[in-house]
Amino acid sequence: MHEMSLAEGVRGIVEETVAAQGLRAVKAIVLEIGELSSVEPDALAFCLEAVLRDTVAEGARIEIERIAGAGWCLECDRTVPLAQRYDACPNCGGYRVQPTAGTEMRVRELEAD
Amino acid sequence: MCTVCGCGSGEVKIGGAVRPRGAARKPAATRAWKALGEHQHEHVHPDGTRHSHPHEHPHDHDHMHDAEPTAAMAHVEDGEGHLHFGAGPAHAHVPGLSQAQMVKIERDILGKNDLQAEANRRWLAERGIFALNLVSSPGSGKTTLLVRTINELAGRVPVAVIEGDQQTEFDAERIRATGAPALQINTGKGCHLDADMVGRAFERMDLAERSLLLIENVGNLVCPAAFDLGEAHKVAILSVTEGEDKPLKYPDLFAAADLLLLNKVDLLPHLAFDVERAIGYARRVNPDVQVIRTSAVSGEGIAEWLAWIERGLAGRA
Repeated sequence: MHEMSLAEGVRGIVEETVAAQGLRAVKAIVLEIGELSSVEPDALAFCLEAVLRDTVAEGARIEIERIAGAGWCLECDRTVPLAQRYDACPNCGGYRVQPTAGTEMRVRELEAD
Repeated sequence: MCTVCGCGSGEVKIGGAVRPRGAARKPAATRAWKALGEHQHEHVHPDGTRHSHPHEHPHDHDHMHDAEPTAAMAHVEDGEGHLHFGAGPAHAHVPGLSQAQMVKIERDILGKNDLQAEANRRWLAERGIFALNLVSSPGSGKTTLLVRTINELAGRVPVAVIEGDQQTEFDAERIRATGAPALQINTGKGCHLDADMVGRAFERMDLAERSLLLIENVGNLVCPAAFDLGEAHKVAILSVTEGEDKPLKYPDLFAAADLLLLNKVDLLPHLAFDVERAIGYARRVNPDVQVIRTSAVSGEGIAEWLAWIERGLAGRA
């Protein structure tokens, strides 16, 4: 995926929050990025540094929490770990696995004044 | 800007009118932002702009005293309901406590699009309109298939079309030649339709109740997968002149579709395309996807495709 544009989405959410809450400065932005979401965390942090310039979040610390991938295997009838979105079930080798965790791309919280 | 691939969205044309993004819709002054405990709320502004947003009722905290009202406190909606945060900057209302603190957001990076998509979905449901979002590569035969579909349904079901392309009205003109109404959205630098563009298209179209709305997305196997438009189903179209491994190369798009049309099957005798392998790959990323083999030229599979549409329309009625 293309992290510069995701960074733009994060900036939009941060700016709306800052306006709605009357915040003065944002010290840190906490993101949740699932391991199945195809986002490269280092690239996203790099892009955020660029797009947050000249905002109240300029220089904010970027914390990216990874969420491990998991899926529900319909054959095995249980949750199995998934390293990639369309991988086979590590247990039975089948592909009837619905991702249940790890697809997140969320702004979780801000540390702010 | 596209939040998936970074393409621009500077100049969107809907039905030929240029509307800069951001200028068309007033920012929602009453926008709430908390994920927890919220519910959807839709209203119409005096200028006719319709939108929805989360609406919450935070009550479990003390109100701030001895301070100027903040922007957050001043929110009042006309008519039904109102927001009263009752808190100062960052909810800091205890003397002596540092104001630096964590502000919960819990918002999806694509959440804005998803909210508008839900508003579109409700708008369509209220009118009994069955909307399909057709996604594929450029050149998969979408428009030709649509023309055939409209001609076959003529006199039975009212059909309207939204055409998405970066530039030109060519596709909308081809649809209009069938007699069906068509609105062209030119995405400019954009690589996909989003829910806001489609919602604005609704305002400009006179869509019949209990009709079929076909939304032909920009030809692109990447970005349209991530953007819900409010449709009932995404329909992926893969033509047999493409590689049969495309479902594995672009899995997100094939995983998002409920129906796969394997198109241009009249050309199979001239190609080395392995139909069963292509379907197997599609089912690997999307085990429940339905598949119909179609040709707008020979008519193969068209009856099955029309029956699928009519079942969907019946479900709406």
